[in-house]
Amino acid sequence: MLQHFGKYLLFMSSLFTRSESPRIIFRRTIDEAILIGINSIFIVAIVSTFIGAVTCVQVAYNLNNAFIPRSTIGFMVREMTILELAPTITSIVLAGKVGSSIAGGLGTMQITEQVDALEVMGINSASYLVLPKVIAALLMFPLLVILAMFLSIAGGYLAGTLSGALTAQEYITGIREDFISYNIVFALIKSVVFAFLISSISSFRGYFTSGGALEVGAASTTAVTNGVIAVLIADFILAQLLL
Amino acid sequence: MIEIHNIHKSFNGVKVLDGISGVFETGKTNLLLGASGTGKSVLLKCIVGLVKPDIGSVTFDGTYFTNNKLDIRQEIRRKIGMLFQGAALFDSMTVEENVAFPLKMLTPDVSRSDRMDRVNFCLNRVGLENANKKMPSEISGGMKKRVGIARAIATDCTYLFCDEPNSGLDPLTSLKIDELIKEITQEFNITTIIVTHDMNSVMEIGDNIMFLYQGKKLWEGTSDTIMDSDVKELQEFIFANRLMRDAKKVEESEESHEPATSPVKP
Repeated sequence: MLQHFGKYLLFMSSLFTRSESPRIIFRRTIDEAILIGINSIFIVAIVSTFIGAVTCVQVAYNLNNAFIPRSTIGFMVREMTILELAPTITSIVLAGKVGSSIAGGLGTMQITEQVDALEVMGINSASYLVLPKVIAALLMFPLLVILAMFLSIAGGYLAGTLSGALTAQEYITGIREDFISYNIVFALIKSVVFAFLISSISSFRGYFTSGGALEVGAASTTAVTNGVIAVLIADFILAQLLL
Repeated sequence: MIEIHNIHKSFNGVKVLDGISGVFETGKTNLLLGASGTGKSVLLKCIVGLVKPDIGSVTFDGTYFTNNKLDIRQEIRRKIGMLFQGAALFDSMTVEENVAFPLKMLTPDVSRSDRMDRVNFCLNRVGLENANKKMPSEISGGMKKRVGIARAIATDCTYLFCDEPNSGLDPLTSLKIDELIKEITQEFNITTIIVTHDMNSVMEIGDNIMFLYQGKKLWEGTSDTIMDSDVKELQEFIFANRLMRDAKKVEESEESHEPATSPVKP
């Protein structure tokens, strides 16, 4: 365990030693941002809309008390979405989609000697392949989380109003109630930390794959598992530290 | 000229290379010959710096490579072209982009038109005039090897390394690849090291041959003298190769003389 962690730290430091030119890293980052960000919009949109809708319906089901105003449903959807569901669930979904893609891609490059080909050319393969992925994830995850927040609250609105649990006015009053802007900052900090963990752990797992197709599959699975566990641990630590 | 001195390498306590020394001359095809698992590919990786030897040194034209400063190693690496066993083409790039890649990375100041001229020259040189826009998944194994060679020579390499260039190819394509490597070596006057276990390659293109057995260098010579060698392991290797070739020939001739079966009267 400790040995793996040490290897991971050395791997991360190798991203910055004899790095490729900023122009090349910038171009590669744009490509990776498309793969990580743009290609994930659909899944993030679907998941977050339904999570918002389900949260609204379930909160409405549990708040069956005449003394509690119906607008509380909107308030709770907003709080749950911003503080936890949008950053964490989105990151867990992305750990599956992006994490497995990064680990699988790098693992395949490793076993087909494409990484060796880069090294022989005198290119720092870790920096060339991994650094743009990490930067792209750091840029795209917060944007995806912001999108997830909007869509989740919109999903709650649709579910709440269409099911008759509350009126549109009550929902909007609820989501505007006692708004704390720091919660948004907290969610974005979480998304950046999760982005780093997912992209770096998946890259580490993929980069050190050896063997054949079976090992590439195993590396992808391990990357997702480790990524999700790291996100959940970081989620708890950040909540303790920043709230 | 590449010189290796007393190369030792072990993996998890298992000795893979045991004190190998030798000289690989410029303008000649230098072959590392031996059966599978004798450490040929590991030796090649030690020479190019993909694997660090436990003991020993590698010198490129008098410049010390192993354990030298990173800048110097990088400088030498930029003069290296390598053809990998599976060609190692970048899947996400077209043939043209694969060949242009080292140029783009190592000589960023060269204009796009000059770069494309060089790419076309290299692809023409390996006989792939019309494959520029194809993806690696759309071309055959032999073509991939050709693209690999084109990529290796794109940057005017001084040293060319080929790890089993014939693996997975039919005899005719193997012969063509061998001839191409030999021609390129002489044309550009580069130092070429080829890992092989194919005796056909040895007889066709081997200028200098180093025979490895269980991580040790047992014999060194030329294709003219290899048949006269008195090293028992080398004789066994040559004999086994010949047997395999004869068996393959018999199999092929049997297949070609097999009477056609009638669908009506099988």
